[in-house]
Amino acid sequence: MDFNMNLILGQMVLGLVNGVFYAILSLGLSVIFGLLGVINFAHGVFFMLGAFAAYMLGELFGIGYWPALLLVPLIIGALGLVVEVTLIRSLYKLDHLYGLLLTMGLAFAIEGLIRITFGPQGLPYNIPDSLRGAINLGFMFLPYYRAWVVVAGIILCVTVWLVIERTPLGAKLRAATDNPQMVQAFGINVPVMLTLTYAAGVALAGIGGVMAAPIMSVDPAMGTNIVIVVFAVVVIGGMGSIFGSILTGLALGLLEGFTKAVFAEASSTVIFVVMVIVLIARPRGLFGKMA
Amino acid sequence: MTMADTKTMSNTTTVATTGFQPLGFSPARFWLMVATTLAVIVAPFVLYPIFLMKIYCFIIFAIAYNLLLGYTGLMSFGHAAFWGMGAYLTAYSAANWGFGFEMALLMGTVTGAVLGLIFGWVAIRRTGLYFAMITLALAQMVYFICLQAPFTGGEDGVQGVPRGTFLGILDLRNDWTLYWLVGAILLAIIILSNRVVHSPFGQVLRAIRNNPNRAKSLGYNVDRYKLYAFVMSAALSGFAGGLKAIIFQIATLTDVSTIASTEAVLITLVGGIGTIFGPVVGSMIVLSLEHYLAPYGPWVMFTQGIVFVFFVLVFRKGLLGEIQDYFKTKL
Repeated sequence: MDFNMNLILGQMVLGLVNGVFYAILSLGLSVIFGLLGVINFAHGVFFMLGAFAAYMLGELFGIGYWPALLLVPLIIGALGLVVEVTLIRSLYKLDHLYGLLLTMGLAFAIEGLIRITFGPQGLPYNIPDSLRGAINLGFMFLPYYRAWVVVAGIILCVTVWLVIERTPLGAKLRAATDNPQMVQAFGINVPVMLTLTYAAGVALAGIGGVMAAPIMSVDPAMGTNIVIVVFAVVVIGGMGSIFGSILTGLALGLLEGFTKAVFAEASSTVIFVVMVIVLIARPRGLFGKMA
Repeated sequence: MTMADTKTMSNTTTVATTGFQPLGFSPARFWLMVATTLAVIVAPFVLYPIFLMKIYCFIIFAIAYNLLLGYTGLMSFGHAAFWGMGAYLTAYSAANWGFGFEMALLMGTVTGAVLGLIFGWVAIRRTGLYFAMITLALAQMVYFICLQAPFTGGEDGVQGVPRGTFLGILDLRNDWTLYWLVGAILLAIIILSNRVVHSPFGQVLRAIRNNPNRAKSLGYNVDRYKLYAFVMSAALSGFAGGLKAIIFQIATLTDVSTIASTEAVLITLVGGIGTIFGPVVGSMIVLSLEHYLAPYGPWVMFTQGIVFVFFVLVFRKGLLGEIQDYFKTKL
């Protein structure tokens, strides 16, 4: 077979854009799971809500992309705050499975509500004027907007990583993940920390949603579709390492793009196939610690 | 998922009762069995038989799911793959290879079992929430394969599935004949599930659910038993999916999508995780809700979500779980 090198590179760059979303989402999912012990099934729905919030801000108040990028995470974060305090908090003492069931129900209810309000079809969201156009990379024309998503997404992920690994706040977070009772004994308010972590995690998903709005169509199913892939990404990377989640997300995006170019039929399944292989060869995940 | 916190799940301590146990049921369960039998007999004169048969298929599906979640403590989110592929293979073999009713259903059951063996072999490497995520991802992979594979007929599905005859005698094209057969199958499977749960094999599964390490230290090969339970559950799910395909004479992508998996979870949760008759009650409630809300489109999804949240927060043990606690019995 002869492969078109330009096509492969082009698809891989586009795959990297998806990889950025995988990284942002799996990052939030890992941090929330690490501290709260809850697999946040609703993570994809918060991603979707981020896109819808950007759309609504534009439609109702004429607020454009850039202010939305700052406002939406605040809105989604506030929503996460409410969800943690009113719903998730009561489940910490129970089996972890109830957290999964609850967030799944929440995801259904929110997605249903969005479908009732906006209908099932996708809504358009325009690329900001300052990022129109494309750059010629030699092998492809890369739209500026997608280039921005890749760069900004990676910077966002690395910033989150630095905050967790290199700041006093992050140190407390890591300590609380390790041993909440001990951290509580040192006088840190762990319940507030859990709430804020959940809020921050879903706010991150919200930013992802805003960034995705001009690329993916803004539709109610966008969250659920991506969250299952992100689960596979998390299993592949293992939840022990923040940096591992970022790297795994990006790499799998690239791989997905590559597959699209050489064997398009398998592009939607390749990540799941990788998951199976990793589970057989290294059950704890590429960067995971032993349970 | 290990149910370490046995207080929140139904902590079944089986006492070896030597008293009267008709069909292997405890007295309370026996009366529920009688009630279920009467309901199966009376219901078709009140409600549409096709709708009832749909409920029965989901009861069998949820019984299969509950064997795994309620009695082994494994939380799967991938049961749509077994149910959906069971439906596809039953439908395809009946429509294209001329398989009769029994052979087509066997085809669906075996499909579920084989797929369950593969899923189980991969997923049992991890426990807890990882197990749930892995099964979900594997089922999504199966969905994408079905979306593209030619045998599924894509968006159209496998249509025009002949119902055939039962043992070459009963013509199943007649809705009423089919109804009595499906009703009898349902009752038989409820009796069977109670038998399995209370067999020595079922005891080992519950020992694993309550404390995997203790079961291991007693010399049981925990992973092997989990795999047996998984394959059994998958085979029964494939059977249920196949039965549904024959009743409705169609198998579609919906059967193999995440929706079907969440349906099994929701029914089990509403009825009561780890109760014999929970799937019966749960299925009636969940499917009726969907049936009567169906004209309102996305309200179904919204309501399902609310029911999920409500039961997790307020009725965690499910309806029968709460009732059995109140009356200090086992249902």
